[in-house]
Amino acid sequence: MSKPQMPKRPKPNPKVLGRTLKLLFRYYPVLVPVTIVCILISAVTAALPPVFMQQVIADITLFQETHAPWETAIQSILPKVLMLGGFYVISWIAIILQTQFMAVITQGFLCKLRRTMFDKMQNLPIRYFDTHKHGDIMSRYTNDIDALRELVSQSLPSLLQCVVVLISVFFVMLYFSIWMTLILLCGVVVMVIVARKVGGGSAKYFIRQQKAMGKTEGFVQEMMNGQKVIKVFNHEEQSIKDFEAINNQLFEDSTKAHSYANTLGPIIGNIGNILYVIMAVSGGLLLLSNIRNVSLGGFVLLTIDIVVPFLNMAKQFTGNVNQASQQINAVVMGMAGGARLFEMMDEEPEPDDGYVTLVNAKLDEQGNITETTERTGIWAWKHPHGDGTLTYTQLRGDVRLTEVDFGYVEGKTVLHDVSVYAEPGQKVAFVGATGAGKTTITNLINRFYDIADGKIRYDGININKIKKDDLRRSLGIVLQDTNLFTGTVMDNIRYGRLDATDEECIAAAKLAGADDFINRLPGGYETELQNNGANLSQGQRQLLAIARAAVADPPVMIMDEATSSIDTRTEAIVQRGMDKLMEGRTVFIIAHRLSTVMNSDVIMVLDHGRIIERGNHEKLIAERGTYYRLYTGAFELE
Amino acid sequence: MLKRLLGSVREFKKPTIITLIFIIGESIIETLIPFVTAELVDTIKESAKLSDGSGMQKVISTGILLAIMAFASLACGVIAARSCAKASSGFAKNLRHDLYDRINAFSFENVDKFSSTSLVTRMTTDVQNAQMAYMMVIRTAIRSPLMLIFSVVMSFVMGGMLAMTFVVIIPVLAFGLWLVGRKAMPAFRSVFRKYDRLNESIEENVRGMRVVKGFSREEYEKQKFGTAAENIRGDFTRAERIVAWNRPIMQFCMYFNMIFVLLVGSKMAIEGTSGVDVGQLSAMLTYGMQVLMSLMMLSMIYVILTMSTESMKRIDEVLCEKPSLANPENPVMAVADGSIDFDNVNFKYSAKAKRNSLSDVDLHIRSGMTVGIIGGTGSGKTSLVQLIPRLYDATEGTVKVGGMDVRDYDLETLRDAVAMVLQKNLLFSGTIKENLRWGNPNATDEEIVEACRLAQADEFVQAFPDGYDTYIEQGGTNVSGGQKQRLCIARALLKKPKILILDDSTSAVDTKTDAMIRAGFKTYIPETTKIIIAQRVASVEEADLILVMENGAVAAAGKHSELLESCEIYREIYTQQTKGGEENE
Repeated sequence: MSKPQMPKRPKPNPKVLGRTLKLLFRYYPVLVPVTIVCILISAVTAALPPVFMQQVIADITLFQETHAPWETAIQSILPKVLMLGGFYVISWIAIILQTQFMAVITQGFLCKLRRTMFDKMQNLPIRYFDTHKHGDIMSRYTNDIDALRELVSQSLPSLLQCVVVLISVFFVMLYFSIWMTLILLCGVVVMVIVARKVGGGSAKYFIRQQKAMGKTEGFVQEMMNGQKVIKVFNHEEQSIKDFEAINNQLFEDSTKAHSYANTLGPIIGNIGNILYVIMAVSGGLLLLSNIRNVSLGGFVLLTIDIVVPFLNMAKQFTGNVNQASQQINAVVMGMAGGARLFEMMDEEPEPDDGYVTLVNAKLDEQGNITETTERTGIWAWKHPHGDGTLTYTQLRGDVRLTEVDFGYVEGKTVLHDVSVYAEPGQKVAFVGATGAGKTTITNLINRFYDIADGKIRYDGININKIKKDDLRRSLGIVLQDTNLFTGTVMDNIRYGRLDATDEECIAAAKLAGADDFINRLPGGYETELQNNGANLSQGQRQLLAIARAAVADPPVMIMDEATSSIDTRTEAIVQRGMDKLMEGRTVFIIAHRLSTVMNSDVIMVLDHGRIIERGNHEKLIAERGTYYRLYTGAFELE
Repeated sequence: MLKRLLGSVREFKKPTIITLIFIIGESIIETLIPFVTAELVDTIKESAKLSDGSGMQKVISTGILLAIMAFASLACGVIAARSCAKASSGFAKNLRHDLYDRINAFSFENVDKFSSTSLVTRMTTDVQNAQMAYMMVIRTAIRSPLMLIFSVVMSFVMGGMLAMTFVVIIPVLAFGLWLVGRKAMPAFRSVFRKYDRLNESIEENVRGMRVVKGFSREEYEKQKFGTAAENIRGDFTRAERIVAWNRPIMQFCMYFNMIFVLLVGSKMAIEGTSGVDVGQLSAMLTYGMQVLMSLMMLSMIYVILTMSTESMKRIDEVLCEKPSLANPENPVMAVADGSIDFDNVNFKYSAKAKRNSLSDVDLHIRSGMTVGIIGGTGSGKTSLVQLIPRLYDATEGTVKVGGMDVRDYDLETLRDAVAMVLQKNLLFSGTIKENLRWGNPNATDEEIVEACRLAQADEFVQAFPDGYDTYIEQGGTNVSGGQKQRLCIARALLKKPKILILDDSTSAVDTKTDAMIRAGFKTYIPETTKIIIAQRVASVEEADLILVMENGAVAAAGKHSELLESCEIYREIYTQQTKGGEENE
């Protein structure tokens, strides 16, 4: 179940925009520039009509005065209209190309981004997943990517278009009349100020609304989890009351966010209308006063065939400002989303400077090891040395921790001076209260975390020198919380070793004692599992996890509370298979239930990160210490 | 369905109506503005001809009229925008409220039917979609057709023949948009489903990261995800490319309009017979834009409505779902005693399940008895006791408490009489006292201490620096498992129940304390019926009746000594658990 989503939202950062653009260009070095050219073409043509309109109107006024017949007038008007038509054809093609390309670019960009993120995420250290809520990570793939999609597919092209139209209209206006352009500019400044204020408010509340939404989701999630308790204690009314408060907060934020967003359009639009009036009246006044019109075209008298198209341009200009202002929200949200995506992509990946690798090996009669490509069941560590020589060490499963200190957070040591020697084939158990450091030890062996002080050696090799992939390949882990993947039961078992045959998978399931219940599933081994195997019981899932580890056939196994949800009776049945599975392997076993660890070669009793007792069952019982008290039930463990 | 959902608008009908009224006002003014603008342009032209300034007065007065209209439109627009935000957010709020109410009334059978994740999505994403749809509809569903009609009418009034352009534009655009919508919709719907699945697979990966890394499956996962992502990208691109035709279609109509108006308009102006002049010409362009925009909006409404139909359906399903555990019409308001009877009870979690989770359970427990239940995982222990406080209803047969069918009781009365300590203990963030008062909000401090003594919790609570005011962190992480279990027992005891059910709730408590708790029960609450589910034989050994469950049925029932003789399963469990101990005695 995903945790409530309450992501921290960093401030929108303009750098995000630059980086997004850079990525776009990198992914589509040809298509993006072509699309931009198309946008430019369609934007420039959008600014043209007023020019033609001005000329046509000039013609109309002229022919009206001369009372020329339409047949004469058409001679002059038609070429102009046809020329406009020509521009339109070009523009139309540009628009088709641009919109089609944008669809390709947007989806391609998102896909590549998703893949980059996912690939990156696979290489992040476990620490990242332990310190970030899953809901928070997930919201990057959903909310943040959606926000960025909006930015790339809608806002950026729209803004680019607006800017180009604004600039070209601006120059056309200057060509007509500088005075009137100046009046317009004053109005536009007002519009921009208002747009920033209202748009900023809208973005602010939209981000708040998002947070309130996360809170609501978290609350509902918790309610669903604790529903039994709520029902058993008749607590429904209180729960509804609590929800009301959160729901109201969401309502408030949502109302404000949409109020700002909805009013932006009418406000800017009507400022545009009022500006139009001002322009019209001042245009009229200018016409009357016969003031010399100054324009890029030189000094000409301001005439009606300039004022009318100019008014249209003013409308177009303010319309574009309005359109651009509608994007403020999406831009702010998109940048915030992008910042969170890039933040994850910039995380330091799990370092791996190991150079010792694990290879299939053959043993000859003298005991010499040679590397081979086929699967022999014998493994060796291939150890290149500084002087260019190679040595092979047979993998035996000898794991030694010497005086290890470790803390998840600096300055807070959770393991003190831990030494554990596991000889090949030995079963080493850890017993202790929650937080005593049992799981931490196993986290160190497979290098989910790196030790602060001390040494861990695997077959005599410092594990820091072993390539992480190869180290982990040599260790099978079965965790308390079983994670299954969508797919068939067979797929899930095969996850342990991708090239395992069906027979090998079934054999592994039999070994783990899972075969029995799998055969009773509706589709047997081909039963589709969904939603983390929700239709299986916790115990059944643990059996599958054991089968998965069994098919991997690793020389060393870590079983972290692997049988905790299997009842003692079933466990006893499974035990035989488990014993067989553990045979000849070094096994680290963590269990609550003493019956699970009793037959271990060594049992370590941990307390607050220190090993306080060690020895086999008989020895520890004889010592009459903590283990003895646990065993006799005089002491509770959690 | 729509009617039912709209029933949740309630107090937000007023802002909805205000929105509609002001939007009508805004639309009317907005269609009039180009008309007055045309006037203005024409008067400017006229006054320019007069060149003595006498026409200027008319220019200014028309200008003032236009400015007033702009202000009126602004006012309408702002009021409509704000009330619309309120109405739609309020609608969403009420929907969430109704959903939450409903879910709280749901039985587990109802919840299982939807799955809890899906319920969360329905309450969040789906409601948000409904909110957007509602907003869209009240903002534009009236406005767009109005604007469309007004604009067409005004064009005919002003431009006469010029308005013929719409005869071409409207069908072309409407047909084009309809075609795009019809093609794109199914494409989008299927791709969205795939997209959801893709995100689910990411979540799976995040959750199982330890497994992924443990088996060094990073590359494999990357490949798997890459294929899925590329696959979706193809589908998405196809769908988006269909939608991308909207703009070219729109632009085509706009261009057509422009050229038509320029050509035909200039002819009419020059021939001077139809009253069309320069001002009308530019107004016609504006009206053309308005017509196009409103058609565009209509097509957007169509898209949004179809997209949100799915969401609305999902919300409606929840609102329509009848809680399968409803109160009877004349409920019994008191529970006589703690006797429990199962009369030939069969039970399965869902009607679709092939196998019964409980079959043929026939069981009679007298008030005040102590009953132990033992059995393997999945043997039906928890299913059995969940029928007593009516968390689920028996599929066949009857469950009686105090001699009455549980279905005849008022649900609250029944659940007040039955206290159940769950397998999965939950404490909520808050002080210990607050948590305990879940059992009884009016419990006095003395009662709380007493309950804790009985649950063997008083001692360790007193040892905390803040005693009963110690704050429990979310999830109860700052107390040990055994302590948590004891607090949960105390919480249940505070209800002073007639029946107390402990579902494997002393598993983390040491045997000595466990024994003390049971001894306390015997002395202090002898009338309460006690049902104890346990893994340890020691926990049930002294019970008046021990049930051995296997495959959803009671395999054997009796006292400890009887079962040791007659029941092989029981003997097996017993010897297995005591074997180790005997070796060391």
